[in-house]
Amino acid sequence: MVEHLPALQVVLPLVAAPLIVLARSPRFAWLATTAVSYACLVIAALLATRVATLGAFSYALGSWAPPWGIEYRVDALSAFVLVAVALTASFVAPYARRSIAAELDADRQYLMYAMYCLCLAGLLGITVTGDAFNLFVFLEISSLASYVLIALGRRRQALVAAFQYMLMGTVGATFYVIGVGLLYLVTGTLNLADLAERLRGVEDLRPVLAALAFITVGIGLKLALFPLHQWLPNAYAYAPSMATAFLAATATKVSVYVLLRFYFTVFDPAALFDRLPTRETFLALSVAAMILASLVAVFEREVKRLFAWSSVAQIGYITLGIGLENHAGLTGSIAHLLNHGVTKGAIFLLLGGVALRSGAASISVGSLAGLGRRMPLTAFGLVIAGLSLIGVPGTAGFVTKWFLILGAIEREAWWVVGAILASSLIAVAYVWRLVEAAYLRAGQGTRREAPAGMLAAGLAMAGLCVYFGFFTSINVAGASDAASFLLRGAR
Amino acid sequence: MSAVAAHFSYWVTLFLMIAGLYILIARGNLMKKLIGLGVFQTSVYLLYIAPGKLVGGTAPIVAAGFTTYSNPLPHVLILTAIVVGVATLALGLAITVRIREAYGTIEEDEILERDRTGER
Repeated sequence: MVEHLPALQVVLPLVAAPLIVLARSPRFAWLATTAVSYACLVIAALLATRVATLGAFSYALGSWAPPWGIEYRVDALSAFVLVAVALTASFVAPYARRSIAAELDADRQYLMYAMYCLCLAGLLGITVTGDAFNLFVFLEISSLASYVLIALGRRRQALVAAFQYMLMGTVGATFYVIGVGLLYLVTGTLNLADLAERLRGVEDLRPVLAALAFITVGIGLKLALFPLHQWLPNAYAYAPSMATAFLAATATKVSVYVLLRFYFTVFDPAALFDRLPTRETFLALSVAAMILASLVAVFEREVKRLFAWSSVAQIGYITLGIGLENHAGLTGSIAHLLNHGVTKGAIFLLLGGVALRSGAASISVGSLAGLGRRMPLTAFGLVIAGLSLIGVPGTAGFVTKWFLILGAIEREAWWVVGAILASSLIAVAYVWRLVEAAYLRAGQGTRREAPAGMLAAGLAMAGLCVYFGFFTSINVAGASDAASFLLRGAR
Repeated sequence: MSAVAAHFSYWVTLFLMIAGLYILIARGNLMKKLIGLGVFQTSVYLLYIAPGKLVGGTAPIVAAGFTTYSNPLPHVLILTAIVVGVATLALGLAITVRIREAYGTIEEDEILERDRTGER
């Protein structure tokens, strides 16, 4: 049974989606979604434990031996990302019932659940597969589902945002396929481990370099690497609350995982980082994202879009570790996949509650006035998650920044240390705008918290921000294992 | 000249790739953008299929009298990619229909203008 778990966790949500569409009942849809999300979390936890004790293992799909058949491979890095995705899913799914009921017409609700399940299947599939083309298929399963999730937003701008995201996302995926095609022409294989072996010694061939460029830009579009992030702010701002929370916490993170996988286990890191300006490129783009996107967030009026810009900046932190290319830096990056996931997840879940109670289609910073009185628990949760976004000691965000700064010092890249501190200060500015509105400005309205299920999910995630700040046995230990695995090279 | 002739399929692929991407970026009409996207994706099908064909090669079925076989794997991969492309195009067209219902236009600049002014 245990050996079939890698396949099972992709199959479960994949099968749930058509069942939900057939049943058409919002209640069944919610139950199935929640059950699947929790099952995936259990499976991810079991896989992670097995990897931690017995090491990486592989699953031959349909018993076709790799490299001919498709291989599912669970190692320290993929197990960590699986847990991060499944953990978010297990908070978003129980939250979804009230949130979706409030934001969508009754006859469309089941579609939202079905799309969510497909998106989850795609994200878990990307993480677990060891085959470059299979990865593309899962990438598109999750992306197509997320375009629909965004298009289901209440305002008409959601349609335009989804369309723009679809264009850029599809170009990104097609670039990725071009890159994989070139690698296939050079090596004759699509299995990632096999690719790594056959690419040794031919890294400087022009098709391989072209493949590297296509894959970098393609996945860069998907993960919103600065300056390929234009689709992100609108997509997050106009999507339904539950979709924003889920996508912000998982979709871009899984794309970062793909980039890490290609950079450190497929291409030869020595060739990549020593003969090409990879390090400089990633440091420059990451720092630009951290500073510029944070500055935009300071001047943004709408709260969801403010945090969407903050996401672009936070993705900068994640890619910064690639540029630092040492153990501490990568640990920070990988830990931030989870740390930022719970932080942004908490913020968008709580904001969904605020939107539900205010009844408005968009929440401006000004309309948060008096939130500390109207919705004290929600406001408190937002402050906690905001502190984690800034990186105050005792929160998950601090853990990330600590390791990134260690990595930057190790590289003697003092300007990067300065940039991390500057970006944190700018984060103080935009989080303070919310705190100021919520607690220091008088607002109208009586005290009324978000529905219990939604509030509990949001607060639990905010609690995780603090938990991961103090008890680092999951995020840092897992990320550290994954970083060691990546720096050891392939396999 | 011979370089062009010998790599004819690559030149066609490249032309379609760049033309598709150009239409996608340069045109403001959502339908034309989707056409560009379709051309761009199709060029990738060629990129995979063309190198899989050997002159004189047959389908990879062992039989007396045949020794040269074409690689079947690119065809299988591209069948999958075509399905993904069809799904993307279908979704793109569906969203375009909804945009047309919500805005009354599918021109990008008019849509942005109507969002700015709040006009229906």
